[in-house]
Amino acid sequence: MNKRRPYVRSMDGWWKKNPFFVEYMIHEATALFVAAYAGILLFGLLRLSQGEAAWNEWLMALKNPWYIGFHLLALVAISYHTYTWFKIMPRTMPPVIVGGQRLSAWAITGSGLAVAAAASAALLGLVWGMAR
Amino acid sequence: MKPTTLKRSNAPIFWALFGAGGMLSALLGPMLVFITGIAVPLGVVLPPDTMSYPHMLAFAKNFIGKGFIFAIIALFLWHAAHRIFHSLHDIGIHAGTGAKLLCYGTAMVGTLIAAYALLAIGF
Repeated sequence: MNKRRPYVRSMDGWWKKNPFFVEYMIHEATALFVAAYAGILLFGLLRLSQGEAAWNEWLMALKNPWYIGFHLLALVAISYHTYTWFKIMPRTMPPVIVGGQRLSAWAITGSGLAVAAAASAALLGLVWGMAR
Repeated sequence: MKPTTLKRSNAPIFWALFGAGGMLSALLGPMLVFITGIAVPLGVVLPPDTMSYPHMLAFAKNFIGKGFIFAIIALFLWHAAHRIFHSLHDIGIHAGTGAKLLCYGTAMVGTLIAAYALLAIGF
């Protein structure tokens, strides 16, 4: 008996043909940076639990240009994650009705970004205040 | 079919962890990366001893500090694991149980290591 061998169209690089999907793949890829950064923090936490010498080694390692370079890339990637997270939020959350009118997508994205900016400023201020 | 025979999906749990981690990383991620990865190693903006051993030990022993460190590490990991798992399909990998175990398993192991380290540091 002959085996049926139907033609299956290749899906390789499907997302490269449409700017919408290119953007989608980029914002999904930010998760790689979130994972790697969490891994670095987790390793630091483990070193902290092992004592002062171990912690200082980890702290010194972060001065390595490769680490600095990674963190610069991660800063860009995770900032982009912040932007897209609030950009798609109007479609990922239930509709908000204010005064009988549906809250506009722009208002949701804008307030999300404003809250993120305020939270970042508060975090920096808090760390600065605690370290002083 | 009786309602009692319906199998409850575990998807909402992973979705909630993804959402919580996504929100936390969107709000604080960039500033955290800047503080721990750029400002402190390069000695700019913040005082040079911001992340010194005494400072970080005191922070990790503090109840609020412990909770903050645990939430950041665990939720970032669960967020990334969920997103990477669901992106496998998009890059042509037909993700099955193995991929699911690998993605969520990594997040689970990371969460347990973080909990262990925080408990080892003590109160």
